Amino acid sequence: MVGILEDKDRIFLNLYGLQDWGLEGAMKRGAWNGTKDILSAGRDWIITEGKASGLRGRGGAGFPTALKWSFMPKEVKDRPHYLLINADESEPGTCKDREIMRHDPHLLIEGALVASFAMQAHTAYIYIRGEYVYEREILEAAIKQAYEAKLIGKNNVHGWDFDLFVSHGAGAYICGEETAQIESLEGKKGQPRLKPPFPANAGLYGCPTTVNNVESIAVMPTILRRGAAWFAGIGRPNNTGTKVFSISGHVNKPCNVEEAMSIPFKQLVEDHCGGIRGGWSNLKAVIPGGSSVRMITAEMAETVLMDFDSLSALKSGLGTAAVIVMDKSTDLVAAIARLSYFYKHESCGQCTPCREGTGWMWRVMERMARGEAEIREIDLLFEVSQQVEGKTICALGDAAAWPIQGLIMHFRHEIEDKINKYRASKGLVQGAKIAAE
Amino acid sequence: MSTRRLAPDEVQPASFEWSKESRAKCEFWLGKYPQGRQRSAVIPFLWLVQKQEGWVSRPALEAIGQELGMPYIRVLEVATFYTMFHLAPVGKHHLQVCGTTPCMLRGSGELIKVCKNRIGDHHHVTKDGLLSWEEMECLGSCANAPVVAIHDYYHEDLDAESFNKIIDDLLAGKEVKPGSAIGRQGSAPEGGPTTLKDPSLYDGSLAKPVKIPNLPEKA
Repeated sequence: MVGILEDKDRIFLNLYGLQDWGLEGAMKRGAWNGTKDILSAGRDWIITEGKASGLRGRGGAGFPTALKWSFMPKEVKDRPHYLLINADESEPGTCKDREIMRHDPHLLIEGALVASFAMQAHTAYIYIRGEYVYEREILEAAIKQAYEAKLIGKNNVHGWDFDLFVSHGAGAYICGEETAQIESLEGKKGQPRLKPPFPANAGLYGCPTTVNNVESIAVMPTILRRGAAWFAGIGRPNNTGTKVFSISGHVNKPCNVEEAMSIPFKQLVEDHCGGIRGGWSNLKAVIPGGSSVRMITAEMAETVLMDFDSLSALKSGLGTAAVIVMDKSTDLVAAIARLSYFYKHESCGQCTPCREGTGWMWRVMERMARGEAEIREIDLLFEVSQQVEGKTICALGDAAAWPIQGLIMHFRHEIEDKINKYRASKGLVQGAKIAAE
Repeated sequence: MSTRRLAPDEVQPASFEWSKESRAKCEFWLGKYPQGRQRSAVIPFLWLVQKQEGWVSRPALEAIGQELGMPYIRVLEVATFYTMFHLAPVGKHHLQVCGTTPCMLRGSGELIKVCKNRIGDHHHVTKDGLLSWEEMECLGSCANAPVVAIHDYYHEDLDAESFNKIIDDLLAGKEVKPGSAIGRQGSAPEGGPTTLKDPSLYDGSLAKPVKIPNLPEKA
């Protein structure tokens, strides 16, 4: 057998689109099976079971999903409740929600109904990134099927009036941040809001709102169908369940694959991706959770388990479980400089440390990638990155700082080599000024 | 941040008019948002303008502002903030090459070279008006890197050769088929999936009535 998870324990049975994505195919694979029983068990039961399953949000932060649902007001008063499904998948390395939306959309729609019922919302929006045009078309078609089959809509067979709408963005990474997404859905620039108030109190149109990732919502019906204990039995305590991993970069066969949480990195890559390009000894570094986490070294990757706790123990993170693998041919400084450009490009411009800091860090990274810098600037860069980290409204500042910090923590010698080589080629001695920022 | 400005006055058209088809789509979008929240449709509206005209002009922004009851500046803000909106005309075939690290590691640099050689600088439109290109930030198809989006759809697992072929086909007026250039099934590993091989997942047995475990006692 390859991997840890058995086929019978997978949730996304059409991850690769070999089967019919439509309603008929999805029902044959078990979607919409027993949904009415789930709803008739009541919202408290859904939230209790959700908590017992140990499901942690799949969008990057890893906050327990059902606990988030429980933050919604207990009673619906003058303002309606909303569920907002975050399908603005833009974190470099991450490409899992796309597969769910284009190949298994009915699991998402069913999850949207269950989650909305649990938080007493009659309306949910799916905010999908603008570039996913095909995925949006499939989603719209699948939602239409669900309406026609009276699975959702007014007076549907489940007895909970529920409207589901797709809305879209237009190429702004920051709209994956929950409050920026709310702003964007309201027709504004996607600039994150200060919290508090939290969306559960004042979110979309000032109404109680919960924002959840696509994967978190789409796995919930299957968890409830099979029982919290089943899901909690996969992986390690506090890191339970199955997870869609996206593996990109220098592996022989990049892919998305649903695996058990806490699978060793080595097994994930060997079993599903055909190993590291050029063999295990050719591995240099891994960014294990989407571009926003600190990288880990090949030695760390040797034994690390792919879950929240073991990666955060290495000062990295599971994030969205988007694994970017880099072999020895990689120019790490250039690779991280490209990420710095990404964050500079995607900063919303609201907070000064991020707006100015991301641009400054990118310019310094570009110089370092050429070697056109001074050794002491490495420390300066590290220091400035710490001045951006934690000083902004949202986490984009942190996300821009961490890849650079990871590089300096683990591969400082690579930057130094570049600088020394450049200076040697110009006949400069250390300490001579060569560039003014 | 990316600084973006509207196209210069000499490029701006005198007016903007919705086509009948786009108009119908506008109504579809307006139906999604609550009463009095029609402003939520501004991004879909701008996208419809771009689908109709190829780019977003100032008269279109003004028309949208009036229609949705938004001051012009608010529409301008949105149009300049979101980088998918072309604020100046692009080529008939606009190639959007992903250049972020996961694609870069798999050779998007080669694709950018192809663009530079065949088209020129980013956002430059060739004399015949057929081609232009830009470098995109992560398109979210990293397991199929490198990726180029053409006419909204993703062309995956490219290299210089297959990308050149796509451009040749576009120029010859042929239809280009999106998806993996090396015949991969979605984002499955090359050569076929390593998982999801159990036939009992697909024989309909999962559709048989299930007993939900751990249900509360009926009061």
